[in-house]
Amino acid sequence: MTLLSPVWTALLYLAAAVFFILALRGLSSPRTARRGNLVGAFGALLAVVTVFLSARLENIPWIIAAIAVGTAVAAPVARRVKMTQMPQLVALFNGVGGGAAALVALLELSHNADPWTRLAIVFTLLVGAVSFAGSGVTFAKLQELITTRPVVFPGLPVVMAAVLLAAVGTAVAVVLTGSLALAVLLMVLGLAAGALLVLPVGGADVPIVISLLNAFTGLAVAASGVVLGNVLLVVAGTLVGASGTILTRAMAAAMGRSVAGILFGAFRGGSTAGSTAVSERPVRSSSPEDVAVLLGYAQRVIIVPGYGLAVAQGQHTAAELALALEARGIEVDFAIHPVAGRMPGHMNVLLAEANVPYESLKEMGEINSEFRTADVALVVGANDVVNPAAKTSSGSPIYGMPILEVADARQVIFLKRSMRPGFAGIENELLYEPQTSLLFGDAKESLAKVLGAVKAL
Amino acid sequence: MDGMSLLTITVLAVFVGFEVVSKVSSTLHTPLMSGANAIHGIILVGAIIVAGQAADPWVLAVALLAVVLATANLVGGFVVTDRMLHMFHGRKEATRKGEGK
Repeated sequence: MTLLSPVWTALLYLAAAVFFILALRGLSSPRTARRGNLVGAFGALLAVVTVFLSARLENIPWIIAAIAVGTAVAAPVARRVKMTQMPQLVALFNGVGGGAAALVALLELSHNADPWTRLAIVFTLLVGAVSFAGSGVTFAKLQELITTRPVVFPGLPVVMAAVLLAAVGTAVAVVLTGSLALAVLLMVLGLAAGALLVLPVGGADVPIVISLLNAFTGLAVAASGVVLGNVLLVVAGTLVGASGTILTRAMAAAMGRSVAGILFGAFRGGSTAGSTAVSERPVRSSSPEDVAVLLGYAQRVIIVPGYGLAVAQGQHTAAELALALEARGIEVDFAIHPVAGRMPGHMNVLLAEANVPYESLKEMGEINSEFRTADVALVVGANDVVNPAAKTSSGSPIYGMPILEVADARQVIFLKRSMRPGFAGIENELLYEPQTSLLFGDAKESLAKVLGAVKAL
Repeated sequence: MDGMSLLTITVLAVFVGFEVVSKVSSTLHTPLMSGANAIHGIILVGAIIVAGQAADPWVLAVALLAVVLATANLVGGFVVTDRMLHMFHGRKEATRKGEGK
């Protein structure tokens, strides 16, 4: 079907590109974020309708069936996924996008003899494959299908260098010969490079890698737009590539890391401290009643929520506890570390889900000076974001990450499942300090017991 | 489209991409990443074009796989972002979430 003239097609693609820009801008402000996302979805719908009406397409029933399959698989998963598991879902969606771009480039190879176009093809193939495999490994790490610790083996830098050299050589050969077999080899090398890139990254840094791979997929899509001569793909892909790069840097800055340090830190063998065994030193464990007394007779309590709270689905109980304490005239705030949870801003989403008012969520810069005036810091299911090793232990994988200064509070209470170290796999010295007491158990159950005891005071 | 105009468009798009997200608060990092992630699902348009020109069954099969993957990226990305952002406004909807699921 070619109902639309080239001019109309170009205009509609332009409109879709403008919608994407408006979507990204909308997503940058809390008030307009949801509308921004819908504007983006509308732009995408417009672009898909346009391609059906403008290009001369065969196999339309097949294509529609494939779209139906993709929608039927992705939409229910996206709608039902627990918010705690959302980071790995985003990684997965990012990966399949990169994979799609690589496949498109592979199929276009036989139609293009121009060396510049072939250059764009090998770029898409390689970057798309890196993004696909890298996102796959990221998914496996976040889902804890494989260890969240950095995976490093002797000779890793050599293997990585060999793979990259082979990839560059193969890419040149593909540009010169246009060989399909070599293009497939290039894709395989890209997959290997993607996996090798992400395996050595430690658990706490994984969110930043998702963002980086997101930018990679954007670039692959932009390059595939060059291959197909489609301006919309060029603009949309470049937008995502550029904004993804900025976002990656912003996230890394929030953690006090550099992007290069995250990707190549493990190569330099800097994260040995991550493998320390759990020590046998004594800790002060406490009962729900003791915790309730500490909280109930405080004047100011700061709750530090972490991923453990989210896993236990304890957000609502934490919100209730805050209300119960406020009813006793106690000032309660939530201190949100920028990377609390598994992704930057993840904890804000989770607590908003539990109807914690926006004003009680204090960002790290705002709250850190206030721990000194707090009677109790209640750390629920968080570990790495309050670990003083980030300040004191230069060999630690989290060294340099800004932390919440809970040690400044008069009393520190940890609600923890066990003495197991956090996602980054580093022991927390704070657990052994004299002002610290621990209440072991599932975060939600512990909170419920404490809540009951507070109400009984 | 000639190479020069394509390059011009690309460079301008880079700057637009930098500008639109330069002042975002860390609260919105996750939804923004997820929304940008959905946008690159527009590779679906490329996958549809390739599938629509496929004559060989193998080519068609690979192209249709690309269509499925791209659709998952596009649709899933926008849906999950919408759900995330819904939470920011979803007062009084706490009961909607099943506790034991």
